[in-house]
Amino acid sequence: MNAQPFAALAVVHVAIVLAMPVLMIGLVNRTKSWWGGRRGPGLLQSGWDLLRLLRKRSVVSTVTTPLFRAGAWVVLAASVLAAQVAPVLGPFAPIAFAHDFIVLAYTLGLARLFLMLSALDVGSAFEGMGGAREASFTTFIEPALFLLIGTALVGTGETSFAGLVGHWHASPAFAWLAPPAVLVLFVLLQAEAARVPVDDPATHLELTMIHEVMVLDHSGPELAAMQYAAAIKMTMYAGLIAALLNPFDVFAAPLPAIAATLAIMAAVAVAVGCVESLTARLRMRLVPGYLALATALAALGLLAAASLA
Amino acid sequence: MQPHASALTTPTRELAPLTLAALVDACADALAAGSRIVTLYGRRAASGVVVTAVVQSAASGLRLLRATAGDGAHYPSLTARFPAAQMFERELWEQTGLVPDGHPWLKPVRFEGARQQRMAEYPFFTVRGQDVHEVGVGPVHAGVIEPGHFRFMCHGERVQHLEIQLGYQHRGVESLLLARPPHAATSLVESIAGDTSIAYAWGWCAAVEALAGVTLAPGVERVRGVALELERIAMHLVALTGLATDIAFLQGGTTYGRLRTAIINATMRVCGSRFGRGWLRPGGVRHAIDDERRRDLLDTLAAFSKDLAEVDALMLASRSVRSRFTGTGIVTPQAARDLGLVGLAARASGVATDARTDLPGRLHSEHPVELLTEDAGDCQARLQLRMREIGASVQWLRRVLESPAAELADDRLVAPGALRPDMLCVTVREGFRGPVVQALETGADGRLVHCKLQDPSMQNWFGLALAVRDNEISDFPICNKSFDLSYCGNDL
Repeated sequence: MNAQPFAALAVVHVAIVLAMPVLMIGLVNRTKSWWGGRRGPGLLQSGWDLLRLLRKRSVVSTVTTPLFRAGAWVVLAASVLAAQVAPVLGPFAPIAFAHDFIVLAYTLGLARLFLMLSALDVGSAFEGMGGAREASFTTFIEPALFLLIGTALVGTGETSFAGLVGHWHASPAFAWLAPPAVLVLFVLLQAEAARVPVDDPATHLELTMIHEVMVLDHSGPELAAMQYAAAIKMTMYAGLIAALLNPFDVFAAPLPAIAATLAIMAAVAVAVGCVESLTARLRMRLVPGYLALATALAALGLLAAASLA
Repeated sequence: MQPHASALTTPTRELAPLTLAALVDACADALAAGSRIVTLYGRRAASGVVVTAVVQSAASGLRLLRATAGDGAHYPSLTARFPAAQMFERELWEQTGLVPDGHPWLKPVRFEGARQQRMAEYPFFTVRGQDVHEVGVGPVHAGVIEPGHFRFMCHGERVQHLEIQLGYQHRGVESLLLARPPHAATSLVESIAGDTSIAYAWGWCAAVEALAGVTLAPGVERVRGVALELERIAMHLVALTGLATDIAFLQGGTTYGRLRTAIINATMRVCGSRFGRGWLRPGGVRHAIDDERRRDLLDTLAAFSKDLAEVDALMLASRSVRSRFTGTGIVTPQAARDLGLVGLAARASGVATDARTDLPGRLHSEHPVELLTEDAGDCQARLQLRMREIGASVQWLRRVLESPAAELADDRLVAPGALRPDMLCVTVREGFRGPVVQALETGADGRLVHCKLQDPSMQNWFGLALAVRDNEISDFPICNKSFDLSYCGNDL
């Protein structure tokens, strides 16, 4: 690929993964407000909230170590990095090389590790519980991602994550495999971005939280980093769905492809909002089952892909 | 048979004082025969401690027992035989120093008096074991709610035991009420538990009127009954909003909240306060329900019922909602009876008790209320019972407001006059949580010598602690909300 289109696409990609988190959250909240019969906040409200937090000073407990504050920035950095490996526009990502999906999975893992470490660093019973929940539920998420990658690998023979996702539609079994793949990615999004029915970002009840409880003691810029990182993760998974379903070739017809990606991401945000409006949250005990369902679905997809190939 | 009155007024001279042990035995006999203890409390007098018990039986309504004891006397604990007495004996011990020997759980109720600064010394029950961990929540909570400390002893995500420590809201209401003339104290009574203003105000007014020896027109009771049911509907809607919000069921959360506003605003249009403050006063009501307000209330209720039926159906039909509430936070009928739970929490566990049917008085004999119960005793049962009670209250209000024969009082107050000396009056009013009990006693000069207040929360908090056992700690908030108990009502 020429350097010039690459640079242009990279700029578009980075702009999308950095700007869309704010809009995605806005769309989810507007959808929920609509179902609830309210007008709801402006689409950019979460952006204003982040700016407000950035202007604040953080309050740090005296029992914490420097790890507590550093953790938030590691989480943000790792999430931003992961979002550069994950494709959004189709078979394109600013960082792409053979087997880069390992980097993706474990950059996300690094973010999760530091999220849990900075939560444990506070020494509160709540945050310990949140960390324990996050750690155990993750066990059910990671296999789903790898099984999904395996399925795409069988279909495309590509080695970079962007190629796997972006070129999958060319494989003959894609029509059969796309719906379960989108479902798996949707469940992963709910789990990683702490959305209903796995978690409830709007609750004030510490005892029921997973993600939110781990950032209870964060404030000011660190809290902004944590919240932005969670939104980036949601954007990343929505972007994966967009890259998977994008009907346009981003190299041949960049503008329609970009428009399609944005539209699909917005649709995912609306879908997240609809799920949050129409169902209650799962009982904590049932969350692993829900996540394991995604893993099972991905495993079935892999089996189907292998037998069709 | 004459319906049992919702108040009992007796000259104190006619009460033959027993010994404390005899009073405890009499209570035990009554409990064994299926009666309930309405209240058991004491007051310090010059000669020691005067203990009063009120028992309620299906056959004869309210009955008073009185005993006297020396300071610091010991007596065989009633709780050892009947756990339902546990809270009363703890409060009696805390307020008067009488020691119930053999009480299995003798801990301060609210750290009043000299103990107030010693809340950190609360003797928590501890569960030991390698994998057991404790989670302390509160007294400062996330969100605008009252203070209380909850200590969970957990094994992983499962709660083995919950201990609830209250008292952070103690304001000394009982003694504050003695410091001002009873006729002018209603505004203070209305703020004992802000969400139960009307039940408290009605009980207080009824007691003051009974002690003064005045009888009011039936129209006064009708207006007060209307106020009480409006309060019940509004406050049940608060719990329903909370339950829906706590499980992230958006439509329930927003709709119940909106419907509550419709009801409390209708209350405001009648009396100027959304919580009914200033509506009821000794001697009558300060705001009449004239024909225009009658129509307004009926129109509000008609519009309300339509929307309520829709959102109730939505909640009940949602499988994700049912999955959260069914089987969560169970209190078995046996446990509810043993612990002496009252009000809605008891009825949701199949215990048929409601002051409006057990002690109907004139008003609820004339306009009866249906006694509703659920059997399961879980969060779903408490949820459904709230929905059904709202429906029953709407029906009741419509019957009263639509009946041309049911005359409603105007806003003229009858001055009750001075209180009669040496009288004791106990009133029981079924608030939305359960029976609000108030006992007022006058001395030889006609001034109040004692004022006993009892919120249904006081007995029911222990039920919540029991309900959470063996549940997931993440289900505590919905258990808590399904009971919807008052902190300040307990703390006084």
